[in-house]
Amino acid sequence: MTKSANDVVITGVGIVTSQGVGAEPHVALLRAAEPPKVRIEMERFAPYPVHPLPEIDWSQQIPKRGDQRQMENWQRLGVFAAGLALDDAGLKDNLDACGSMDMIVAAGGGERDINVDSLIVDEALKRNDRERLLNEKLTTELRPTLFLAQLSNLLAGNISIVHKVTGSSRTFMGEEAAGISAIETAFARIQAGQSTHTLVGGAFSAERLDIVLLIEAIQGHALGEWQPIWSRKPENGGGMILGSVGAFLVLESREYAEARGARIYATIAAIGGDRGGREDGRLEARLRGLAKPARELDPQSTVIFAGASGFHDLTQREKTFLETEFAGRPVRAYGGLVGHGIEAQFPVGMALAALSLGNAAKVPPFDPVAEAPMGAPAKAAIVTTIGHARGEGIAVLAAE
Amino acid sequence: MSKAYKDHLGRPIVAVTGMGVITSLGQGLEDNWAALSGGVSGIHKISRFPTDSLSTRISGTVDFIELPAENAVERSYAMARETTLEALAQAGISGDFNGPLFLAAPPIEPEWSARFELADRSPPSERPGDAYNRFLAAMREKADPVFHEAVLFGSISERLADRFGTRGLPVTLSTACASGATAIQLGVEAIRQGRTDRALTVATDGSVSAEALIRFSLLSALSTQNDPPEKASKPFTKERDGFVIAEGAATLVLESLEAALARGARVYGILKGCGEKADLFHRTRSSPDGGPAIATIRAALADAGIDEGGIGYINAHGTSTPENDKMEYLSMSAVFGERLPSIPVSSNKSMIGHTLTAAGAVEAVFSIQTMLTGTLPPTINYQNPDPAIVLDVVPNVRRDQQVTAVLSNSFGFGGQNASLVMTAEPA
Repeated sequence: MTKSANDVVITGVGIVTSQGVGAEPHVALLRAAEPPKVRIEMERFAPYPVHPLPEIDWSQQIPKRGDQRQMENWQRLGVFAAGLALDDAGLKDNLDACGSMDMIVAAGGGERDINVDSLIVDEALKRNDRERLLNEKLTTELRPTLFLAQLSNLLAGNISIVHKVTGSSRTFMGEEAAGISAIETAFARIQAGQSTHTLVGGAFSAERLDIVLLIEAIQGHALGEWQPIWSRKPENGGGMILGSVGAFLVLESREYAEARGARIYATIAAIGGDRGGREDGRLEARLRGLAKPARELDPQSTVIFAGASGFHDLTQREKTFLETEFAGRPVRAYGGLVGHGIEAQFPVGMALAALSLGNAAKVPPFDPVAEAPMGAPAKAAIVTTIGHARGEGIAVLAAE
Repeated sequence: MSKAYKDHLGRPIVAVTGMGVITSLGQGLEDNWAALSGGVSGIHKISRFPTDSLSTRISGTVDFIELPAENAVERSYAMARETTLEALAQAGISGDFNGPLFLAAPPIEPEWSARFELADRSPPSERPGDAYNRFLAAMREKADPVFHEAVLFGSISERLADRFGTRGLPVTLSTACASGATAIQLGVEAIRQGRTDRALTVATDGSVSAEALIRFSLLSALSTQNDPPEKASKPFTKERDGFVIAEGAATLVLESLEAALARGARVYGILKGCGEKADLFHRTRSSPDGGPAIATIRAALADAGIDEGGIGYINAHGTSTPENDKMEYLSMSAVFGERLPSIPVSSNKSMIGHTLTAAGAVEAVFSIQTMLTGTLPPTINYQNPDPAIVLDVVPNVRRDQQVTAVLSNSFGFGGQNASLVMTAEPA
């Protein structure tokens, strides 16, 4: 690929998954000869399995206890992963760079107070003036700090406070599409010279009953004994296993990155998102459109990070699409390894792709039964995410 | 592209070719403008839910839109749909829009009524704090796709995208009270990037509920001057004690000037510049020195290629909270210096309250209307000026005055700030 000054390059990766904290454990698994071991929590939310957070010392990225207390785990995880990305890019505590850094965060909503909600619901079962009850209980039981922990835009707000990223601050919402649009928008802005460096990403906390409920409302969880994502069966639930994940990237124009001597993991060659009805092959038609920039990539050295949610029909269709459109390119379903991360799903795929390319990894199969080994170290990567309800996106990355 | 269609930085000039608005004052630009320029308040006693035990019992809710179900998603969608229909009609665009959609929408959670319904069909409590375990048991028994769809943040933009035939993946965004301005900014950026000739920018907020009200109350953000409701919002006065929560929506059709003129569209105004700057001071409070707000305004002026002397009117954020109005004054003083007292600055929120997610776009529509009509809307309830804030707030009654460049400010919770500079046509 020809290099130019306004190429959009990835210079920092901050990632937290059940596999570990930061780039190091993830690079290790991407370069390993053997498939990684899946970490799964079966008990805490039984019958729903989740991929849990690894052990985290929050104070490594959120030094003030007061700041930690102002957040619940979803925001903490995002602020933590954002800090890792800044560190990784060598920009942490660089007040000038952070003060002019743009930011786009893909966010859902924060944790409900399960005890307060339970209290109100239980009391309401005994009363017929539920709206009055609601006023009484909310007035006395809600904690003001919890409201701030629930606000979608306060993940970005906390990143500004903790890491001093203040060039701009935008929060995108809307499940998987939010993560796709966030990176797509950051990419388009840098390419057009509207931004020189942008922090972009998201976080998702799976270990919350209110989120588990969201997916169970459509009976979407995989149940029973753990199965690899490509092998899950309708008789064992809906197929999705949520995962707690945080992923942020530092994107820069090549010119800005090279001027400060930054290490470049990869260039984003193309990225796009779309939406619409999924019946009658319309999903596949849109995916084909989004996949166009990836068509000529060398099969040997290209790896596909597929963001399949695990939902049976969508996952099967994605598999068929990839096998048809990209025959011979090895596929790695990262949601099968670390769980589905909704808003953070696409950013996680981008982070793994960047780390693979930056380290010339021959990425081992995550599911040896269904995924083929790579023939050569990765020089190009394709990242896909098909939203569990709507929206889809594809990015193409190239090694330096 | 001919030079006439490019701005001072060689980028495509962005025109506003259609506008639509809903606030507590009514539906449509015409009705809203008649009320707003007439100094009428839309703030009223809340009837949507009981308020007897609450310290704030007033708001600017929109209660006149017909809804298939009473919830924040349906209300926010219905208002966005209506303002978009109005804006597209004004723009003379029918059929598929064929450009991207940028939607500012409130964060969504299940309605309490939905939780109560779920509880009614859930097994009994076995221990305190187990409501969600019971909800899950009920969902295992019988799924509820309507519940799932109703709490997806992407559900409003999905419906708008289908209804109006927008292109690509719509962006749903929140930058708190700056959201409406951010949606416009994203539209301007997309046109400047050359990715599109037109963008649909929509902001909507129909999320006033007991919980929303109580949450803001707990942060001491709301006015408690309930009686009379229409006098509660009094920006820049000594007695201001908080904002009045409100609902509304606005849509702006943005087009490159070249594309707009090529299809013979009427140009209502030019979106000349956008600026933003985040604040790191506090989760709910702005930097007391106004630093980020100052930087935001300056960035918008620079982006517009206009200096301080070029601004003829400021549509203030003017929330009527003690802190915002003081900080906003401070930051405007820093930017405009001695000239500030001679620039009229008024707050639409004195009449429509704070439409939160929608505010930036609602006020952008009113800013353009200000230039189109040569009428400055007043700041009402301005009886007792804060002596520390020396501004020409266009007190209480509108003023006939032609202006050709307007600054509109939006400063948000969570440190998200955006300012827009709009100019009259011709650019």
